[in-house]
Amino acid sequence: MEMDKKAVTGRIFDIQRFSIHDGPGIRTIIFLKGCRLRCKWCCNPESQQQEIQTMKVQGKDKIIGRDVTVEEMMEEIKKDYGYYRRSGGGVTLSGGEALLQPDFAVELLKACQDYGINTAIETAGFTSFDIIQRYLPYIDTFLMDIKHMDSKKHEQFTSQPNELILENARKIAEAGTNLIIRVPVVPTFNHTKEEIMEIARFAKSLPGVKELHLLPYHRLGQDKYEGLGRKYELAEVVPPDNDYMQQLLEAASQSGLQCQIGG
Amino acid sequence: MNKYYNGEIEKSPRITRLVDALFAKMPQIEADRAVLLTESYMQTEKEPIITRRAKSFEHILKFIPIVIREDELIVGSATIAPRSCQVFPEYSYAWLEQEFETVATRSADPFEISEEAKETLHKVYCYWNGKTTSELASSYMAPEAKQAIDHNIFTPGNYFYNGIGHVTVNYAKILAVGYEGIIGEAQEALAKLQVSDMDYNKRSRFLEAVILSCKAVINYSQRYAMLALEEAKKSNDPVRKAELAKIAQNCARVPRYGATSFYEACQSFWFVQMLLQVESSGHSISPGRFDQYMYPYYEADLKAGKITREFAQELIDCIWVKLNDLNKVRDAASAEGFAGYSLFQNLIVGGQNAEGMDATNDLSFLCIEASMHVMLPQPSLSVRIWNGTPHELFIKAAKLTRTGIGLPAYYNDEVVIPSLQNRGLSLADARDYNIIGCVEPQKSGKTDGWHDAAFFNMCRPLELVFSNGMDQGVQVGAKTGEVENMTSFEELFEAYQKQMNYLIGLMVNSINAIDVAHAERCPLPFQSSMVEDCIGRGKSMQEGGAVYNFTGPQGFGIANMTDSLYAIKKLVFEEKKLTLGEFKKALEMNYGKGVDTVLAEKITKEVVRSLVTAGRKVTEKEITEIYKIALESGVSEADHKKYDELLEAINELPKYGNDVAEVDLFAREVAYTYTKPLENFRNPRGGQYQAGLYPVSANVPLGAQTGATPDGRLANRPVADGVSPTSGKDTMGPTAAANSVAKLDHYIASNGTLFNQKFHPSALSGVKGLENFVALIRSFFDQKGSHMQFNVVSRDTLLEAQKNPEKYKTLVVRVAGYSALFTSLSRSLQEDIIARTEQH
Repeated sequence: MEMDKKAVTGRIFDIQRFSIHDGPGIRTIIFLKGCRLRCKWCCNPESQQQEIQTMKVQGKDKIIGRDVTVEEMMEEIKKDYGYYRRSGGGVTLSGGEALLQPDFAVELLKACQDYGINTAIETAGFTSFDIIQRYLPYIDTFLMDIKHMDSKKHEQFTSQPNELILENARKIAEAGTNLIIRVPVVPTFNHTKEEIMEIARFAKSLPGVKELHLLPYHRLGQDKYEGLGRKYELAEVVPPDNDYMQQLLEAASQSGLQCQIGG
Repeated sequence: MNKYYNGEIEKSPRITRLVDALFAKMPQIEADRAVLLTESYMQTEKEPIITRRAKSFEHILKFIPIVIREDELIVGSATIAPRSCQVFPEYSYAWLEQEFETVATRSADPFEISEEAKETLHKVYCYWNGKTTSELASSYMAPEAKQAIDHNIFTPGNYFYNGIGHVTVNYAKILAVGYEGIIGEAQEALAKLQVSDMDYNKRSRFLEAVILSCKAVINYSQRYAMLALEEAKKSNDPVRKAELAKIAQNCARVPRYGATSFYEACQSFWFVQMLLQVESSGHSISPGRFDQYMYPYYEADLKAGKITREFAQELIDCIWVKLNDLNKVRDAASAEGFAGYSLFQNLIVGGQNAEGMDATNDLSFLCIEASMHVMLPQPSLSVRIWNGTPHELFIKAAKLTRTGIGLPAYYNDEVVIPSLQNRGLSLADARDYNIIGCVEPQKSGKTDGWHDAAFFNMCRPLELVFSNGMDQGVQVGAKTGEVENMTSFEELFEAYQKQMNYLIGLMVNSINAIDVAHAERCPLPFQSSMVEDCIGRGKSMQEGGAVYNFTGPQGFGIANMTDSLYAIKKLVFEEKKLTLGEFKKALEMNYGKGVDTVLAEKITKEVVRSLVTAGRKVTEKEITEIYKIALESGVSEADHKKYDELLEAINELPKYGNDVAEVDLFAREVAYTYTKPLENFRNPRGGQYQAGLYPVSANVPLGAQTGATPDGRLANRPVADGVSPTSGKDTMGPTAAANSVAKLDHYIASNGTLFNQKFHPSALSGVKGLENFVALIRSFFDQKGSHMQFNVVSRDTLLEAQKNPEKYKTLVVRVAGYSALFTSLSRSLQEDIIARTEQH
């Protein structure tokens, strides 16, 4: 039975070792493939489609996506076990959307916990709470995006409204999870002080939530859109500068949350 | 629990002035030492060499010009002009005379030399013809060893042309008893001798030489005391007047007697450190555990209220500046390899004491702070790490790393201590180790380690396997059979081991020849006076007077050989994609990637040789023709395609540095081909050979003399440095690379291993960045890695990476929530990150 569970497969598109910005300590990030949101600023556009696809990388075709078993993933994860132990780090599931492959993801998180490895998930929270509940017992840190409080604007930039997300955030918090709220700060979308403060106030209203991370928009995904033959809609958007981020940080901090720039 | 002060201490404005003055002018070559040395030598020709050395040292110290620089609190300069150097004709001189006209304008480490100095040195040099250590060493060397050097298999050039250096003397003893104490000890030893003893004559001369040298140093410090007094009289500034009076008082007392204050201890330390470098031209004269032997003086003064922490910091900063005041002129070729005027004066803080307790103290922190204040390459600051290292010290060190000056280097007590015990050091001595030069551990005051004896290019023996030992038409290596006839990987690997063993033997021959030459022509009585058990045995270090004797030549190219042998195993013997003969051809043709004149010449010689062997006569005209064809590279379109496919196939194989067990364990075996045979050799001082795996920067110039290798490395490109993966081939990030490196046997490479990593400053930003950085080193050390050093790359480097992307393939840029290889990004995105870096 145990072996069967470890044979469960999931679809990933990348593994990143020595990641130090997505959860505590030195971490290995597993990027799961497939997402229901289509955020215009997404820096991993190759993650969105569930299907395996090809992307041009420096002129060459690269296959994006592969199916792996929990066991195979654990072999990769265990390679940096010593670094997790020394740094208080562990594994972070990211994406794409890590909530879309619950059979695989939950088994993987369980396997990590069985091994004494700290777990985190980085998610947009856009799925039914029934599914999220399956994850909760196996997650040490829940990193969840709240991108905008206005549902229309949310839909306009991410292709989905925000009601389900906000509702899930509250339920996750009420379940007593260690929840950290993250906000991608994207000029033209949510970069005004008012918009950020509104998110911060919401985050503060969630029971137990103490931290808010402001993640400045960057253009690192731009090349990938070309590689996928897609148009990068935010080509004209300039990343916010450090001074401006500081101002937003001050504004968000008024909520009483512990706020920081970056993960 | 130890208590220590780990806060920041403000930098005194004096330090800024001292640093500015140091770099105001170009360094000079000064002739005084060479002139005085020669004068003395001319008068002592009938005397034993040890006496001549002591007398010449005395003569130099009596008459060499001395200077107290403006603002100095610690005095003693080997040259009048700052950052300048004396020369040492007793080791070698011909190269400098040849470079008189170019030394000021060369690209690496230029020095100015006056017309007067040129003329003076020219006269002096006439005397030295035939009398140098290098000439004697050369005549001792076996012809086949010389030939291997000519063919760039290895180079023992450092000690061939220069003094040995590479020592940490017993500073603690001088601080405690002064040179009067040493003189007393030598006199006592002398009194015990009987004139009829079989070794009386040599022993007594050695002990007399020690006494003479120590007296010379005492007189020299008195000269400084007098000079300080004179300058105090002349000074109109009451503050400076008082400073000079204090300097005079210090110099009158130390290093003649034991130090009675921290300030005196600092002055005493400096005279020892500086004068060692006047006696001999060797570099890597390493202060070692400065935080340990200076601490009693600091602690006593602090307790007695005689000193403030701020003043102690200022004195340490002054010493740091002085360490950069010393300099050395090298020949143009060596200067390329050692670029940056470096003297490798390694100073180490932290670690355990002889009883195995943590030794961190206030001074450990003050030393790191000093490097942050002066921001100069000297001293080569190192930190000893063990399981009990206080977190605060580690974090303080990480903050220095973050400045991007490449300091400190981190060493793992948990590996170094047992590796030294395995070489016969007592547990207490092993625990008290420090680092010499780059990465070489030894017990201070007891060791003559010859740590930088040679560099051995591990790629060249594989080339010789492919050519059956021939290089440019000459039998340089062993005859291991035609590679085309080898039918298994094991057979090829055996041939590689055979070449290695043969060439290592030749290297040992050449090093031992140099060793003997130093014992015969340049024994060092002053240095020997501070190394146990020279006085007891009545002989100099160079003759085997030290308690521990080693010779440590370095192998490099592990990553290239691992990937090369793995490629051969996979492509030739497992996948059967090509034959060894075809591989040989691909290497000869540099994978069709262009042939330069050196390679064309090589091809020509090979062709001519095979024609001659086949019994054909070759005319001059034909040779020119062959050369022309070779240069234009007779690679057909079809061959080009074949070579490109081969490179692609090689490229797709897993490489060392990516945490792939199969490849990494291969690396372990490859390292053994160098480290294990070397253990079997002995040196003339009665000590053992021990391997190091680090290149300084020899991997670049020696790589330039290495043909294409089966790992896809093109001809003349640099070879991988130390035990680090080949640049650009470790694509899985720092933890994967560290895991690979940790799989080597670091214990057996007891002369040191070197592992470089590059980071973007953002990886170390904030408290979290420092914590993760420290955890990374801790984990590498948990896996028994030995050494780690870091280049935290700055904005300037990123700009450089834009210009030369091929050199920065694995530079990982980390920005919030996303990581990327810098060079894989488009230009505009790179600009984006550069802009962001500035904001941090």
